[in-house]
Amino acid sequence: MQFFFLLEQVVNGLVLGGYYLLIALGLSLIFSVGGVVNLAHGAFYALGAYFSLEIAKLLGFGPAVVLSPVAVALLGILFERFLLRRFYTADPILSLLVTFGLALVAEQAIRMIWGAAPLPASMPPEFKGQVMLGEFMFSRYRLLLLAVVAVVLTGIWFLLHRTSFGRVVRAGIQRPDMVAALGIRLQPYMTTIVMLGVGMAALGGALFAPITNVHPAMGAEIITVAFVVVVIGGLGSFWGVVLAALLVGVVRGITVHFASAAGEASIYVLLFLVLLFRPRGLLGERIEKFE
Amino acid sequence: MTTRRDVLKASAAAAAALSFPAVVKAQSDRIKIGHLTPLTGFLGALGEYAVQGIKIATDEINKAGGVMGRQLDVMSEDSVNPATASTKAQRMLERDGVAVLMGEINSASALTIMQVAAREKRLFLQVGARSDVLRGKNCNRYTFHVDIPVTVMVNAAGQALLRDGLVKGRRAFSLTADYLFGHDLAKAAKNFLTANGASLAGEELIATDVTDFSPYLLKIRQAKPDLIASNLAGNQVTNFIKQYSEFGLKYPIAGFNLNTADAWAAGDGNLSGIWPTVWHHDLNTPGSRAFVAEFRKRYGKPPENHAWIEYVSLKIMAEAMNATKSTDTEKLIAYFERGTEFDLLKARRGYFRSWDHQLMQEAYPFTVKPKGKAKDKWDFLQFGAAVPAANQPLDLLAPTREQNTCSM
Repeated sequence: MQFFFLLEQVVNGLVLGGYYLLIALGLSLIFSVGGVVNLAHGAFYALGAYFSLEIAKLLGFGPAVVLSPVAVALLGILFERFLLRRFYTADPILSLLVTFGLALVAEQAIRMIWGAAPLPASMPPEFKGQVMLGEFMFSRYRLLLLAVVAVVLTGIWFLLHRTSFGRVVRAGIQRPDMVAALGIRLQPYMTTIVMLGVGMAALGGALFAPITNVHPAMGAEIITVAFVVVVIGGLGSFWGVVLAALLVGVVRGITVHFASAAGEASIYVLLFLVLLFRPRGLLGERIEKFE
Repeated sequence: MTTRRDVLKASAAAAAALSFPAVVKAQSDRIKIGHLTPLTGFLGALGEYAVQGIKIATDEINKAGGVMGRQLDVMSEDSVNPATASTKAQRMLERDGVAVLMGEINSASALTIMQVAAREKRLFLQVGARSDVLRGKNCNRYTFHVDIPVTVMVNAAGQALLRDGLVKGRRAFSLTADYLFGHDLAKAAKNFLTANGASLAGEELIATDVTDFSPYLLKIRQAKPDLIASNLAGNQVTNFIKQYSEFGLKYPIAGFNLNTADAWAAGDGNLSGIWPTVWHHDLNTPGSRAFVAEFRKRYGKPPENHAWIEYVSLKIMAEAMNATKSTDTEKLIAYFERGTEFDLLKARRGYFRSWDHQLMQEAYPFTVKPKGKAKDKWDFLQFGAAVPAANQPLDLLAPTREQNTCSM
């Protein structure tokens, strides 16, 4: 029985990994292509949640989950065009500062517009409840969420690995100078990547709003875990992020099973061990421009 | 090397230093009050209500002529964390010249401010932190406590649990916020449950920044308890009840700590269980009705309990200063210790117990209204009658002298 309980935690951890993935993948993409650690990524997640609540009031839950990421992705264009673009080749400390500043500004802006008190958010009642697969208990909503994550993941993978767009992006990650020499401007590609990245974060926010507290600092809550996932997974690696997200979910679940008080700490212990033995991250590639 | 910028900085500092005495003099006819409360972090939402509440009280007092004819000047600041809270408290007393300290919601921060108050021998009206140890083991004669302690919260919800037959012979699973307040609450809850014939099926300590409760929900189902005892705090409670509802678990919840703002944030149809509160906006007394009306007018939403408690606390402080005609710590302590009764906008007036400095007052259990009964999104809580009942002594649910280890 004990073993079964543990197995249930492992499976739940995998589901939870999907939850982290939406945020971490965008962060990793922007990091890989632009060389910018987007500390404001959590702010787009929070905006996704707040926008979805506003849209849900008018159009209902379904349209809100679709339209909120679109709206945030459009904001992402402005963010890339007027802010990020200036920092691709600059000292990394500058982009860290500017995105960190933006995260603070965004959090305060949310506080001014919507107030510090958390906002109520619910899912349609038909999504509530549990699904039993054999002896395993799942939340119906999280299974749906996992399906959405799988679709998004497949879409992104296809885009990066099976289209000419993806070939340019991947080349840009490794050898931006060579891409430029071939007469390709990377900037429109970068804009698209940022749109996709922050759009995914916003999708995460819209999807998690019914099951988590919607409050101004929610972005700061998620960014730490997402960042840990990216570092564990390794730069530039699509599957590294996927693997790391699942691993983080599973390690946390197992730790909670044995010693619940250490649940959150376990993630950072994992990060520490990975950095100690494999500083590049699990599946990280060597990227010349970062060395 | 001295640059022009350094020279400019130095001269600006010198100018500031020179003009400082003048500023102090100009403001010396105002009574300054240092108000610390968490405005960020997992209790930040509650702190915003606290600041809104104290603003209304300040304006009302000042409009009515102030205290001893002097205007009140309340400095509200984010206490951030226990270390910053004590640094700011020290600074407010030494540099800003505040007469008294007030505030707090976070028990750990309240504890460090209490230490500053004791060291500086100045009054601290501890408004909103509920840990028992603040009034017990760690009590000191410079601190008075307005909010109900965890023992009273547990007993208030506990009365309703006993009535519904949810305790005797039942197995409870407890979830506890992993910091001072949570541990204290868990201890009080455990005492109550075991004293009334329940046993513990599981105990989980949960870090305050946990947002995903799914691994804990699995453990709950694995333990198959009869009752869930929630000793969580702040954002944790909202996250927990949302995800509990998401997973569709059906064990009854005995919540021992929930602020109205956390309940509102849960969203439609997510909250269940029996919970305690110290005050609520539906309370039908003239004072509460007037306060709720003013708050709604100003902020466009009903006040929650932390807005109320900051409001009455400043009124209590102003009343004490007016009555003693002084801001002197010793005179104010004597006034409170005398058992003076204060209007708390409730049916009965409250008083500070002289030996442990806690305010004795009514509390209320609440449940959730059946679906479709709520008038608006603020209205889904069903408040029960006051405990202790009108014919019982006010200190009935508070720890007794034997139980409470406070000695000053």
